[in-house]
Amino acid sequence: MATLIKDRNVVADPWLRLELSADGSLPPVPPAGDIIMPLALWQSRRKALLVRPGRIGVWLNSHEDPEAIANDLRLFGVVAVNFPTFGDGRGYSIARLLRERYGWKGELRAVGDIFRDQLFYLSSCGFNSFVLREGEDPQEALAAFGDFSEAYASSVARPLPLFRRRRPSPPPLSRAERGARTSPSPLGRRGRDEGMEGA
Amino acid sequence: MSLLPCRPRGFHRGNEVYRYDEIDQRLVEERVAQFRDQTRRYLAGKLSEDDFRPLRLRNGLYIQRYAPMLRVAIPYGLLSSRQLRTLAHISRKWDRGYGHFSTRQNIQFNWPKLEDTPDILAELARVQMHAIQTSGNSVRNITTDHFAGVARDEIVDSFVWCELLRQWSTLHPEFSYLPRKFKIAVNGTAADRAATYLHDIGLHAVRNKGGTGSDGASPGGEVGFRVIVGGGMGRTPIIGHVMTEFLPWPHLLTYIEAVMRVYNRYGRRDNIHKARIKILVKALTPEQFREDVEAEWAHLKGGPSTLTAEEVRRVEGHFTRPAYVQLAGDDADYTARLASDPGFAAWAKRNVHPHKVPGYAAVTLSLKKTGVPPGDATAEQMDAVADLADRYSQAELRVSHEQNLILADVRQSGLHALWAEAKALGLATPNIGLITNIIACPGGDFCSLANAKSIPVAQAIQERFDDLDYVHDIGELDLNISGCMNSCGHHHVGHIGILGVDKNGEEWYQISIGGNQGLTRPGAPAAVGKVIGPSFAQEQIPDVIEKLIGIYLQKRESEEERFIDVVWRIGIEPFKEHVYGDANQRQERRSRSLAAA
Repeated sequence: MATLIKDRNVVADPWLRLELSADGSLPPVPPAGDIIMPLALWQSRRKALLVRPGRIGVWLNSHEDPEAIANDLRLFGVVAVNFPTFGDGRGYSIARLLRERYGWKGELRAVGDIFRDQLFYLSSCGFNSFVLREGEDPQEALAAFGDFSEAYASSVARPLPLFRRRRPSPPPLSRAERGARTSPSPLGRRGRDEGMEGA
Repeated sequence: MSLLPCRPRGFHRGNEVYRYDEIDQRLVEERVAQFRDQTRRYLAGKLSEDDFRPLRLRNGLYIQRYAPMLRVAIPYGLLSSRQLRTLAHISRKWDRGYGHFSTRQNIQFNWPKLEDTPDILAELARVQMHAIQTSGNSVRNITTDHFAGVARDEIVDSFVWCELLRQWSTLHPEFSYLPRKFKIAVNGTAADRAATYLHDIGLHAVRNKGGTGSDGASPGGEVGFRVIVGGGMGRTPIIGHVMTEFLPWPHLLTYIEAVMRVYNRYGRRDNIHKARIKILVKALTPEQFREDVEAEWAHLKGGPSTLTAEEVRRVEGHFTRPAYVQLAGDDADYTARLASDPGFAAWAKRNVHPHKVPGYAAVTLSLKKTGVPPGDATAEQMDAVADLADRYSQAELRVSHEQNLILADVRQSGLHALWAEAKALGLATPNIGLITNIIACPGGDFCSLANAKSIPVAQAIQERFDDLDYVHDIGELDLNISGCMNSCGHHHVGHIGILGVDKNGEEWYQISIGGNQGLTRPGAPAAVGKVIGPSFAQEQIPDVIEKLIGIYLQKRESEEERFIDVVWRIGIEPFKEHVYGDANQRQERRSRSLAAA
């Protein structure tokens, strides 16, 4: 059985990932066992797949819209996102949408051209499992989760951006900041002059 | 209004730069360690060339024509003298004793060794600098007006907003593998000196009506940003589209995230030449793109990335501020010397700029001396400029996108002495805004992408226009040269633009006129130049430029009417005729050359 990184441990992978055939046709479905299928297979054989023994999961390719499975998520044991190439960054946005907009709490797996140098960003965007491409040592790759000890921007791993996590913690959003209709100007000529007079 | 030191007493002099806090420093150091490990794995053969390329690129390391090129970020062009000395030191220790200041307000070293780059980055980290995201398909260095913080027409201090965006974009997990590079510019003054209409995202600070400034002109309204998306130069020059005229400042990050998410998901990835956001905006139409962004933003607006006044003030507080002396007005000695010393006056006219604090001025040190590649500075010059910054300008300086260095806080009483010193260093060419202040990319002498050389062309033009009186008479003129369609030399927005093209393996040059980088004065918006006709050989260029200038001088109605104003008033046809002959002559020439063939 192949291995993968899940929740920062190297574990055996119980899932079989099905791919479309080279000509784009749907692959044969094994009679039993846990499978991760391409979106097209799920969309065309949904009923049969639901009564089949074994757990099911779906993988999205980088051009596919996670909204297509938003209402089916409760049926899946895993959702995977494929990175056809290292440089194709659409999967990072797909992961955030699955986590933050569609509420997927289960295993979110990155597959395809994955190696250690992406792991920090991938995990920040909500992936918690990773099938490394051939030739990569998953044990060695674990260190990459610690590449950075902090991050500025909001992400799945750190929903609050750094500036909302600094101590002392800032107050919750005021109405003014949400609507920005009545807030005073923070900077600029007036703001600067006030600061200067206060000094 | 008091103009005495605007920070508590006891604060040490100078350094108007952002000072890292412990976390900023730690992240930069962790990036050095990460890159050191990536380089080690590559050199050990554990990482293939193909895998290492995108990794090194997002840390500014290109493999160039002769050697690697390392691009170091100068965030929004702002440097302390200490940082500049470190750049000089790096160029001496690991390069050939010089650096090239780029049109993106960065500095490039052309000769480092790959295996030395982790050490160079570690040296940079010691002075709070880095090369993060200076290349690759990520958010690049945020650029701004080089007179930020001192301009008289200031709306906000754009440095603060640039730094907020720098932090937000640095190591952004979702937007580090975009379809293509992504450039953001922020402008904080009434005039647009940041070319906001020619960036992937341009942000122009505005005050809305309301508050006490109901006329909209006086301060009193709230601060927000005009958001312009999808402008750019390169192969397909496009003037950006206004997405919203007024985005209240707390929403800055969430709105930009919405723009970037739409781009990251739907921008083209099949063709590198069609992958910039401008192509997506054009394909969808700006109206549809705006709707898509609004739909995405509806989910993000008011979320945790919404900026707080406290955070803006915190970042503002990390900038040191110049300690200005309260002065009544213009310095009497300065005014007297302007009248008595014509050489000084000529320099002051072009290279000294107004300052919002009475008795102070901003000064451009020109890196455009004839015979020197535009933007190049030697280690000795860098050290000397650092010294000038210490003694005349509160230990701080800026890099302009026109590839010059700016001392932004000089007391008028020191200008004459500064001029004398700058002159001795070869940094006082009085040509800012004039034809010889050429913007040029490194071109075919250094860059592996270039079709043609840029630097010898710039030099030939500077040599042709070596009569200073004539150059001053020609007046304001931006002449920009790019060695290829990537347009690093901003040729599209030069009043005169020169583009290197490849014709059957030979270097030729296409000329355009009528471009403009942005609303630097009323009524002169950003514009893309028009090509005047077939391209020229390198040795013809000075003649062609002289002809263009000749027709301009003949047609201008007054000395106030600049070259660009005349092009816009009479169109390109008279210029074309003067260069190529009229339509009949052109037809005749074509027939002759056909007959000869």
